[in-house]
Amino acid sequence: MSGPGPVIPSFGQGSSCVTGDHLFCWDWVRQHWSDTLGPALVQHLELTFIAVAIGFALAFPLALLAHRFRLLEQPLGVVSALLYTIPSVALFQFLIPFTGLTTTTVEVALVAYTLVMLFPNIVAGLRSAPPDVLEAAHGMGLTSRQVLWSVELPLAVPAIIGGLRIAVVSTVAIATIAAFVLPKGLGYPIFLALKEPTPFKTEIYSAAFLAVALALCCDAVFVVLRRVLVPWARKGLA
Amino acid sequence: MTIADAANAHTFVEAIHFIGDNPGLLATKALEQLALSGAALLLAVAVALPLGVVLGHFHRGSNLAIGTSIVGRGLPSLALIAALLTVLGIGFVNNMVALAVLGTGPILTNSFDGVDRVDRDAVEAARGMGMTGSQILRRVELPLAVPLIFTGIRVSAVTILATAPIAAIAGGGGLGDIIVNQASYRLAGVVGASLCVMLLSAVVFLALAGIQVAVTPRPLRGSRVGGSPPRKEML
Repeated sequence: MSGPGPVIPSFGQGSSCVTGDHLFCWDWVRQHWSDTLGPALVQHLELTFIAVAIGFALAFPLALLAHRFRLLEQPLGVVSALLYTIPSVALFQFLIPFTGLTTTTVEVALVAYTLVMLFPNIVAGLRSAPPDVLEAAHGMGLTSRQVLWSVELPLAVPAIIGGLRIAVVSTVAIATIAAFVLPKGLGYPIFLALKEPTPFKTEIYSAAFLAVALALCCDAVFVVLRRVLVPWARKGLA
Repeated sequence: MTIADAANAHTFVEAIHFIGDNPGLLATKALEQLALSGAALLLAVAVALPLGVVLGHFHRGSNLAIGTSIVGRGLPSLALIAALLTVLGIGFVNNMVALAVLGTGPILTNSFDGVDRVDRDAVEAARGMGMTGSQILRRVELPLAVPLIFTGIRVSAVTILATAPIAAIAGGGGLGDIIVNQASYRLAGVVGASLCVMLLSAVVFLALAGIQVAVTPRPLRGSRVGGSPPRKEML
């Protein structure tokens, strides 16, 4: 601890643990669950859910198009690979002149990143139907539309779930960076703590723990979901 | 976060002006960011590459290799940098370690995969010719694994470089310094620096794709190497 006296974190009167910035203060977590950590967790989930939902709503028809018109796949793939090299913190800032310091700015960037992860997975899934299965389906007299909806799409489910899994877990991670432009999500308590001359450890650890735990929980949800929806697919397509 | 400037499309024009007015500052900061990222990448390669290659050679520990990449993907960089800062303090070392941790996953996974999945027939043939384990590793498995290993390093490099601006909040320097210091540089500077970050990432991404083609043994240069997205690790 440097400077004159202990640095009291931005909020809370604090016990000796808090004012002394000990390794971890449970009393701070209890005291600030309802005004800081809880809301941040809920906001984080909201940011993630909206981004993945919109991302999926865009990626799915795009993937169907790319599946139908193969020429589109290459350019869309290159664009998405380049898009993902854009650092999230830069993309958020880049959007501010257009959409301001709003949730829209954050969501536009997050949706862009989910597209990068969802689109190739859905396309790969649609491609995964074995040729003889497709031939058999056509031989039975199914139209292309019927083949798509009753053969290719069901077979693509494991890959689609794999894509959603990557998208959700990554979005949980990227959404912490939203704190640079928006006072929302689990990144914000961390961001605030880092702005202090002496970062308050408990605030950093608790928010960081929640962010990692949220990512792992989301991952587990998709593992279970896949086991329920496609029990026949044993090995991961992540 | 306080914001003094009204954010509108005009800011974008000012941001371009900011870049035009401060080429020296931006170049210095860009070099700082490259130095930090390079150091982190070296550290990540030094740890993950031998580990992945050895595990792959003995076909052991696939759970570790895959697990690292999943955990790495879900690990929020801001949380990691902040948590390490409380241990290692503000500055270069903390950020180098944090970025290296973030970059470990792709290298470990791909070097494991690359060596692990070398055609068993090729390995058997080499053994039949009397090669020892280490000779097989050096003369057969490693050359065949180069494309995948380099893809891992490339993904890792891009990830590290993209995360480096965040490190500025923990004293990492680089273009991120401008991004987190809106009070001094105003929104135009922040957006201008962000543009430079994007440009830097794109240039490094393309340069690495070029280097990848160059380091890949000639017979292995297929369509998969080069600009196409990595196979296993989603970029």
